[in-house]
Amino acid sequence: MSDTLTFLETLKARDAGRGPEPTWIAARRQAGAARFEAMGFPTRRDEEWKYTNVLEIARGNFALANDATFSPAAAAALTLPLDGYRLSFVDGIFAPALSDVQGMPDGVEVVPLSQALEDNHEAVGGTLGRLTGVDFPAFSALNTAFMEEGAVVRLAAGCVVEKPIVLQFLSRVNVDKPTMCHPRILVEAGSRSEATIVEHHTGDAEATNFTNIATEMFLGRGAILTHYKLQEAPLGDFHIASIHVEQERDSRYVSHNMDLGGALVRNDLISELNGKGAEATFNGLFFGQGRQHVDNHTKVNHNAPLTFSNENYKGILDDRAHGVFNGRVYVKRDSQQIEGFQSNQNLLLSDRARVDTKPELEIYADDVKCTHGTTTGQLDEDAVFALRTRGLDEQSARGLLTLAFAGEVLEAVTLDAISERVELAVAGKLPERFNLAGLVETAAALND
Amino acid sequence: MLEVNDLHVSVEGNEILKGLTLTINAGEVHAIMGPNGAGKSTLSAVIAGKEGYEVTQGSILYDGRDVLEMEIEERAQAGLLLGFQYPVEIPGVKNIYLLKAALNAQRAAQGKGEIPAPEFMKLIKEKIANMKMDASFLQRAVNEGFSGGEKKRNEILQMLVLQPRLAMLDEIDSGLDIDAMRVVSDGVNSLRSEERAILLVTHYQRLLDFVVPDFVHVLVDGRIVKSGNAELARELEANGYEGIEESVA
Repeated sequence: MSDTLTFLETLKARDAGRGPEPTWIAARRQAGAARFEAMGFPTRRDEEWKYTNVLEIARGNFALANDATFSPAAAAALTLPLDGYRLSFVDGIFAPALSDVQGMPDGVEVVPLSQALEDNHEAVGGTLGRLTGVDFPAFSALNTAFMEEGAVVRLAAGCVVEKPIVLQFLSRVNVDKPTMCHPRILVEAGSRSEATIVEHHTGDAEATNFTNIATEMFLGRGAILTHYKLQEAPLGDFHIASIHVEQERDSRYVSHNMDLGGALVRNDLISELNGKGAEATFNGLFFGQGRQHVDNHTKVNHNAPLTFSNENYKGILDDRAHGVFNGRVYVKRDSQQIEGFQSNQNLLLSDRARVDTKPELEIYADDVKCTHGTTTGQLDEDAVFALRTRGLDEQSARGLLTLAFAGEVLEAVTLDAISERVELAVAGKLPERFNLAGLVETAAALND
Repeated sequence: MLEVNDLHVSVEGNEILKGLTLTINAGEVHAIMGPNGAGKSTLSAVIAGKEGYEVTQGSILYDGRDVLEMEIEERAQAGLLLGFQYPVEIPGVKNIYLLKAALNAQRAAQGKGEIPAPEFMKLIKEKIANMKMDASFLQRAVNEGFSGGEKKRNEILQMLVLQPRLAMLDEIDSGLDIDAMRVVSDGVNSLRSEERAILLVTHYQRLLDFVVPDFVHVLVDGRIVKSGNAELARELEANGYEGIEESVA
């Protein structure tokens, strides 16, 4: 319990210096703090945390950042080459100097949460925290207790935003003490609106901070939201993400969840399909090396008839990395004519790499089509042979096939800046002998 | 260039090749024909280094080097290239990746640096035009979802890019319609030169109307039982393998 108190004391110290603000936000934070205090950090005795030990986070001594200073040149080098609107955060704090939301079309608002709270913006009062208020794990509650930074994205009915909205989170080397941050993202997509959100986590290679991000996304009737999460946080960072999605009738949510970085990573992705015709697509890739630990827990709740979900997660684990995949598909009583597909394939590149994968189906209706499959294996030896007969040495052949394994998930990624980044990262981050980065560049050049 | 001497090969204890002897010199095109089960594909598979084939006796020398002592990729880098009867689908590996990786592996073995991207692209564009393939093939995964004919064209495309010294083509004609047959044969014929040799393995004479061999060998029950020129292939087409098998027995 003392671990919990350390965090609550940091919270208390922060809120002591706070100016006047609407009472509702203070009440929500207090509720979050109370809930976190009651729950404490999860332990491996919790079924949901069986394979992931967060003791290093719980015992950590993290400060809150005071400013958002970051070298503009370093930030530029880390920024995805995307033509879009961008809000940047440094150790969780909004960085106006690194952000650019000029020229947004009518009907879309992209506002830092700190600003929205200060203005008591109508977008936050009703919805903020609604999806994380009850029945969610301790990290969501902890985030709620601290929530003041993050982003609010609001799309008016029928508003189509062509360029991606980029939320960039930079983790910085902190000499005295590592920092923690609890960013909150709130997205409200009005009926028939359409947008792409790119959540990008990156930073100084030597950073060792803790990010605990919570995301709430509301999709109105017929809304289409594509959500890229590219997590290439520094390899010493702790990264916990709780993503809660609520979908109304005929809405479509597409998640591309790409994990490359972080020492300890956990994603909880939950979508509630609440109206007929709602559809969720979960596309994921996790790549672990060294002693990285990457845990993906996903849930799709088919709460209404005629709802669809399609999930494809791939894991590549090398060295002593440990991957976890837990995918749950739940079909509520009498939610008929459901289709739910789920696949998790894993590639182990080393004898000491490990993956724990668990698909779960929980179905209380009879007219459903649900399948799930999971495989864990090594590379196709016939393909290795075929490549060697073309002169590739065995290690390059295996490297190329590893890239190919990741490639299947990347094909679903339509933003080249992201697929190329992941492709380069996976090809480049494999052991030196597997480095086929030159090939990636050639293919890109041929497209020009 | 290639000397196969009294080669005996077993697969899971069954002897497939029972003393095969064959010499191929630079500038020559050889065709090996024979009935199903005669061991036609075994020879090229062993030369390429496929696992599961046990050489119990005999030798294979390539430019005086013991092929069986070479790694699979060394054989390819030295110019021994196998065109597969059933090309493997490699999901996620784009053709362009494979071609560049293969070419650079060959260049590295020759002590050359990586091919500059513009030069590579010029080469590739020329070769896919030769094979009457669309540039979009380059971005597609190797053989994935290709028709039978497309797979075979792709094998020849790899040959055109890599310019093997000895190209071994295992039933490259199977599954080809007449148009694809022409394109594939033109590709094979363009490889013919004084420095290179080609070994065709085929069940039917049809291919040999397009790629006329200098030598034809009939393989029956693991041995070459008859050798001749292109005329032999036509006799086989007319009389079938039975006549040959009987004359041997």
